[in-house]
Amino acid sequence: MPPVIERQEARAGRLFLLPAVGLIAVFFVLPLLGGLALSFTDFDIYAVGNPKLIRFVGLHNYAAALQSHDFWRALKNTFYFVVVGGPLSVIVSLVSALLLNAPAVRLRSLFRTVYFAPVVTTLVAVAVVWRYLYHPHYGFVNQLLGALGINPIDWLGNPTWSMPAIVLLSVWKNFGYNMLIFLAGLQTIPDELYEAAAIDGAGAWSKFWHVTFPGLAPTFLFVGVTTMIIQFQLFAEPYVMTQGGPLGATRSVVLLMYEEGFRWWRMGMGAAIAFILLVITLAGALVQIRLQRRTT
Amino acid sequence: MRRILPSLLLHALLVIGAVLTLAPLVWMVCASLMPSGDANTFPPPFFPRRVTFEHYRDLLTRLNLARSFFNSVLITLLATLGSVIVVSMAGYAFAKLRFRGRDPLFRGLSLALVVPAQVGMLPLFLLLRELGLVNTYAGAIIPYLASVFGIFMVRQYVLSLPDELLDAARVDGAGEWRIFRTIVVPVIRPILVTLAAFTFLSAWNDFMWPLIVLTDGSKYTLPVALANLSGEHVQDTELMMAGSVITTLPALLVFLAFQRIYVRGILAGSLKG
Repeated sequence: MPPVIERQEARAGRLFLLPAVGLIAVFFVLPLLGGLALSFTDFDIYAVGNPKLIRFVGLHNYAAALQSHDFWRALKNTFYFVVVGGPLSVIVSLVSALLLNAPAVRLRSLFRTVYFAPVVTTLVAVAVVWRYLYHPHYGFVNQLLGALGINPIDWLGNPTWSMPAIVLLSVWKNFGYNMLIFLAGLQTIPDELYEAAAIDGAGAWSKFWHVTFPGLAPTFLFVGVTTMIIQFQLFAEPYVMTQGGPLGATRSVVLLMYEEGFRWWRMGMGAAIAFILLVITLAGALVQIRLQRRTT
Repeated sequence: MRRILPSLLLHALLVIGAVLTLAPLVWMVCASLMPSGDANTFPPPFFPRRVTFEHYRDLLTRLNLARSFFNSVLITLLATLGSVIVVSMAGYAFAKLRFRGRDPLFRGLSLALVVPAQVGMLPLFLLLRELGLVNTYAGAIIPYLASVFGIFMVRQYVLSLPDELLDAARVDGAGEWRIFRTIVVPVIRPILVTLAAFTFLSAWNDFMWPLIVLTDGSKYTLPVALANLSGEHVQDTELMMAGSVITTLPALLVFLAFQRIYVRGILAGSLKG
């Protein structure tokens, strides 16, 4: 290529990237850095009107968060959602992918579409729907349990059951996504491995354990990390269904951050909570990547 | 017999799964058509005994959900259009246009994939407040315009284009913008449709950002308006179900129309991710 054309190409490259990189720099990177700075200040409702009132307070917000009962409660609720809800949803995804992948299945694409449908519904709308499904008297969840001889549960009014209720909704809403990814992962396992296992006399369980499971290892890592990052962001379900209640039993870290920032206008505190969540999320992702490296 | 029984069991499980998956959505539609109060009778009916559209009429006129529907459509379409333009240019440049600093920039960008959007939301709100963009449509679409995930997806697709095609056009004297418009865009159209479907659904369904940035009822999108209504009308089961149908049905229809294209995007993201 003549240098003139190469220079032209390089210039075009920078121009083509300018809108995207500019937007990301101004509306993503800048707020991220701004948020870090904000978390070291006492930015509150008075500072909204008069920025001169902002003071540097060092690590005070972080210390205050880590000493606050509300924060630990929110962290515990969020961990519950990640540690119970995450694996549960991955298991449901895996089982439905294995069922759908069985060679004998008829109407495979119809079942796949049905299982995937909740993923594309609007979270706020289905959270409203499930709020009524969880109604202690008229809700169908209790009707179904009643048919099995189980006494009615006050799902959203009882602190013991409100978090499991949100987990159940979220599994229903999201399992179809990871199911598709598992289905794609299953396609990448060569048929020869199954044939070789069959020749060695392997049964269905042994084939699953020695061929399917290791074959899905990269898929498990992807699904595990992305699901965890998304689960840590729990917000709309408690906002719509319980407003964080009863007694703070469903207040998540992001909901706490939202309340600190936009209900009480304690932006400094809200920003500190956001960064604690970021550090926990990144640490969780690293742990999963390490664990996976060790086992494979 | 030994082959039929497992197959029967397998299909029974699949059907039970499908019924459990669809039941909440079917009930939502059924309850939205019941006269007020019917859903809260004992034993609760699954199907309406009598069909009425009064809740839809009520929501769209008296409760102003038509306005929110318009806001949702406008914000979603602007976000989709903007994102297709911005992301396709960036994805192409990262894949094919050679210049110094491109690859370090791309690696830096990939870090953004693991940072949840919520982390920067409070300062982003303060920034938009300084810029006068709070409670505007422009403020509402900003986070969707330059999706890093979208840039990855388009770049991956463009990488498979042969360099010779572009270089031949350059030797013939075509400018870079013309090459993009007349050669690249037609070839990568499939991935742009995928990107559009993705952006449409995520903008339509999004809740937290519009909740924060749209402060006035006349600007609310459907999810924000619905969350707001559900606080005031807790007892009106049938009304709230009609509101849920209005909010989520467009997303479901868009998905059904673009199903294969949408699924391809998910798989592209996971296999290369």
